[in-house]
Amino acid sequence: MARDADSLNVQSATTESPLARRALIGLTLVFLLLVLVLPLIAVFTEALRKGVPAFFEALGDAETFSAIRLTLIVAGIAVPLNLVFGIAASWAIAKFEFKGKAFLTTLIDLPFSVSPVISGLVFVLLFGSHSVLGPILKSYNIQILFAVPGLVLATVFVTFPFVARELIPLMQEQGTADEEAALSLGASGWQTFLYVTLPNIKWGLLYGVLLCNARAMGEFGAVSVVSGHIRGMTNTMPLQVEILYNEYNFVAAFAVATLLALLALVTLVLKTLLELRFSDAISSGRRH
Amino acid sequence: MEVRVKNIVKEFARFPALENVSLDIRSGELIALLGPSGSGKTTLLRLIAGLETPTTGQIFFGDEDASQKTVQQRNIGFVFQHYALFRHMTVLENVSFGLKVRSGDRRPPADEIRRRALELLDLVQLSGLETRYPAQLSGGQRQRVALARAMAVEPNVLLLDEPFGALDAQVRRELRKWLRDIHDHTGHTTVFVTHDQEEALELADRVVVMSKGKIEQVGTADEIYDTPASPFVYGFIGESNVLPVRIEGGEIWFEDRPIGVKAEGHADGDGRLYFRPHDIEMLEGCGGCLAGIVTASRRVAGTRHVEVSTGASNASVEIELPIDRGNVDGSRLAFRPKKWTLFR
Repeated sequence: MARDADSLNVQSATTESPLARRALIGLTLVFLLLVLVLPLIAVFTEALRKGVPAFFEALGDAETFSAIRLTLIVAGIAVPLNLVFGIAASWAIAKFEFKGKAFLTTLIDLPFSVSPVISGLVFVLLFGSHSVLGPILKSYNIQILFAVPGLVLATVFVTFPFVARELIPLMQEQGTADEEAALSLGASGWQTFLYVTLPNIKWGLLYGVLLCNARAMGEFGAVSVVSGHIRGMTNTMPLQVEILYNEYNFVAAFAVATLLALLALVTLVLKTLLELRFSDAISSGRRH
Repeated sequence: MEVRVKNIVKEFARFPALENVSLDIRSGELIALLGPSGSGKTTLLRLIAGLETPTTGQIFFGDEDASQKTVQQRNIGFVFQHYALFRHMTVLENVSFGLKVRSGDRRPPADEIRRRALELLDLVQLSGLETRYPAQLSGGQRQRVALARAMAVEPNVLLLDEPFGALDAQVRRELRKWLRDIHDHTGHTTVFVTHDQEEALELADRVVVMSKGKIEQVGTADEIYDTPASPFVYGFIGESNVLPVRIEGGEIWFEDRPIGVKAEGHADGDGRLYFRPHDIEMLEGCGGCLAGIVTASRRVAGTRHVEVSTGASNASVEIELPIDRGNVDGSRLAFRPKKWTLFR
């Protein structure tokens, strides 16, 4: 049948004419080139404009180095936290029936719909010196704002939905039969999670963690509000880029920016590789 | 092990799924829970397994009250409707799972687990497939892996939820016979849920017919078919006709005439007469009978199923005629039920 259709050059109802197809593909390519590829190239050319040595010198700067370190620390805390929260939340939503489930689902999406600046301000209002909690924290000498805890909190808040959003539909589709089977065979709750649930969701989880990490390292708005911009202390990479840029230190600014761009590229490549290599496993994880 | 279900009530968010259900399952018995969807048969199975907790009532395994035990403590084997095989584990790993997750001294040594798993795979005729993944198996093979996995823990009772529901008719019939053989071989007390009456009647020692959260009748295939205890069972199992009738002076009347059937011992009043399409006698002339015009007929294997429109209300009755009566379309037939049941 298919060969007949080909030889007769019969089009299926959903196939566009070659002209329309080329126009659509061309439009998409031009758009991607303008909005995505050109800026990326610009970042790298700017960073390397004064040569490779200047590029590495900029990266070796103490403040920049501390910004890189801080970003890694913040992401290193925020991502594992969201990994646990994300699994817990999606487990609760996908596998149990309870009142307020729809509300919880909406709540998980909240960080997506709230401007990151607001997300940061919330923590200032919560922990600032004029807040209710402020004096208490001060009396115990606990520093949250303008320090690592504040940065981590803001990052956790902003990146919370990534893991949960990825896992909820996956877990809902898989249902609870596998878990029930494991329990009926005598496995404990923990064994069931470890041997059955986790392997079933691992690709979705990895995917969610990748996206979560990319956002955690690249987050600007919320982090900017709670950071206080103390040089060499509370500046993450995106903040450092802004400071350097405002000081007309373009090479250094773009050098740091290349690292963030590289992170994005690596994430994309990993994501694509995951999809290519494990597309069967991922889709069978969804189907079965 | 014998299983006793005692006065079980199960409500889901105030909606009753089971209303005061009691059932005794004998040790080594193969029993079918049969009913239309929504009858509560799967809920009852899951309650026995411990996957659901009853609102009130108790479940006994032997003399032990199992109601308060978790699903793990009950040591049951459960085969899920869609098998629920662990997709990332091989067939062998699936079958050994129940033994591997045991703690400390209850866990057999690794080579013993392997030996037992292989033994079970041999029993379910899957030797040689132990390194395959579930996705690489056919539906019937997955079903058999699921059964082997459930039997590996040496369960007190084997519970199967629509075990053949997702298979095509041919495989279904094969597996049915095969399950019977396995049951006779291993002697596990086995309960399975089905909505397929043919499957239930053919396979089970006893059939539990359920409807709307209640047990309508428990009995052997013969008992269920020949002496249905309620109108529901009569209508649900096999084919049947039902006519609104009247009893007057020990005679059954349909509309304005007696149908030639004595109903001695029945008080006067209205009732519903149930009879099977093949439990009739044909009459020449009519001194008390059901009579009507044939409106449709169709050939089913060795008999002809004929629809007769009878009485002033044009009540439709289906009867079976031998093929050698030829084409009877449009003709007038007279008959009366030979075997029947009257429900008031």
